[in-house]
Amino acid sequence: MPRLHVLRPGMLTSVQDRGRRGYQDQGIPPAGAMDEYALRAANALCGNSIDEAVLELTMYGGSYEFLEGGNFALAGADMGARLNDRGLPLWQQCNAKAGDRLTFGWAKRGCRLYLGISGGIDVPVVLGSRSTYLLGKFGGFHGRMLVKGDELYSQPGQEKEAVPVVFSPDWIPSYESSLTVRVILGPQLGCFTEKGIATFLQHGYSITSQADRMGYRLEGQPIQIKGRADILTDGIPAGAVQVQSEGQPLLLLAERQTTGGYAKIACVIGADLWRLGQVKPGDSIHFQSASLMEAEAAWRDLSELWNRWVRS
Amino acid sequence: MQEVRILPAGDQALLVEFGQHIAPELSANVRALRQSLHRIPIHGIRDMIPSYASLLVEYDPLSISSEVLSAEIRQRLPLKIEQLEGKQELFLLPTIYGGEFGPDLSDVADHAGLTAEEVVALHANRDYLVYLIGFTPGFPYLGSLDQRIAMPRLTNPRLKIPRGSVGIAGAQTGIYPSESPGGWRIIGQTPIPLFNLQADPPALFQPGAWVRFRPVDNIEFASIKRQLAEGTYRIDQVLNA
Repeated sequence: MPRLHVLRPGMLTSVQDRGRRGYQDQGIPPAGAMDEYALRAANALCGNSIDEAVLELTMYGGSYEFLEGGNFALAGADMGARLNDRGLPLWQQCNAKAGDRLTFGWAKRGCRLYLGISGGIDVPVVLGSRSTYLLGKFGGFHGRMLVKGDELYSQPGQEKEAVPVVFSPDWIPSYESSLTVRVILGPQLGCFTEKGIATFLQHGYSITSQADRMGYRLEGQPIQIKGRADILTDGIPAGAVQVQSEGQPLLLLAERQTTGGYAKIACVIGADLWRLGQVKPGDSIHFQSASLMEAEAAWRDLSELWNRWVRS
Repeated sequence: MQEVRILPAGDQALLVEFGQHIAPELSANVRALRQSLHRIPIHGIRDMIPSYASLLVEYDPLSISSEVLSAEIRQRLPLKIEQLEGKQELFLLPTIYGGEFGPDLSDVADHAGLTAEEVVALHANRDYLVYLIGFTPGFPYLGSLDQRIAMPRLTNPRLKIPRGSVGIAGAQTGIYPSESPGGWRIIGQTPIPLFNLQADPPALFQPGAWVRFRPVDNIEFASIKRQLAEGTYRIDQVLNA
């Protein structure tokens, strides 16, 4: 039964699971892991169900002490993880003894690292999820990011004899600082000129320093708007690309506001959404137009891969 | 009513759009569709976000394709909005106007060419429809405002707006359920909590309910706060005729 003590919390470490569904009509965003791929991997590698909560470490990981040992796994960005003096592999199950220290540096590749522990992190379920909604100050560990001195337990009685997944090297994603993601154009394509749409698809957009779990403000060639950028407020899906009056895109992610009044030029397809969790300020994003058929096929492929990690 | 449009919003959501303006009958259609999808669910729908004139329907493409979902939604149209379930609730929301609680009241009055008292009378003496809950947890978008006191958002949003602040943005009025940044013109404050994680649903107002602001003075405001702290206050709620 692993138990973790936070020595240094890193830049932004929070408890996340697959997110909170069914409360967006109350103004509550899903929150949840920014990279669902690595979240699922971290759970699978511990022998956990995909719905367990893990720690999401951002940019700089911090350090932790195991007060009780047990199995754990790391998936996602390479932060030079070490257990005491020994370098640790990602995408594998690891084991720690009581007193072992887990330390991380800055992300060399990618942006977020997921630390799963056997049994899953034990925090209360709030509105159906253990995810921290940082802006709303609820869920996860007391509704906030971790600070020095916090103690995290794995769920009692959850440590199963489950056989962890052995990760094929083919499944380990590479994180590039220049990312291409596929989008479905619209739903407010009519708010943009032909030229504006072409600009959006032809040029890369760099991620500004205004990038957090809510979304990323991007910067690049201004996208030409037909008239006004504001629309009658409507619901915002994950990965929506809003364009504000200056023609710059805003990518809306896990802790996005549920509704908004700026035109959406496109939405990132479900199969590529997780990749956005691994880019950081200074990196660039290219948007590539895809058909619904293509997007659905990509989602089927990804779901089939994810299903291979699940053990019944 | 104009033709209903169903547009893909990515590969996992459809935007069902009844129109592009703020009107009670469009809102009623949104609520009726949501209610219909609650009562007789379509397998594969994961979440719904109602707004002024549209419903965003999120789904899992493994369970249902966008064409099939779109066709099944179309089969529910036209909706019978006169059969909307639920009583027409009217909440009387105690609100203190102006002063430290409503720092923008005098600007709104100047903009409208009215006195502060006239602005309060126009804002309070009216029943507002709850169109949607959005932006942040429990934030109700209410309409419509008397055109005479409509005013655009602040050019530079405030970093901190106190919980319960009542604001104006264009022809909308709304209430900040928790402390947050924001650009609405703040004219008053209600002591009533609008969001409670322990309640189901967590937001006090749901789309389709009605709200009337009831002006209170400093003494009653403080008294309500005290009663709330003691757990003895109940918001006035009447059935709307």
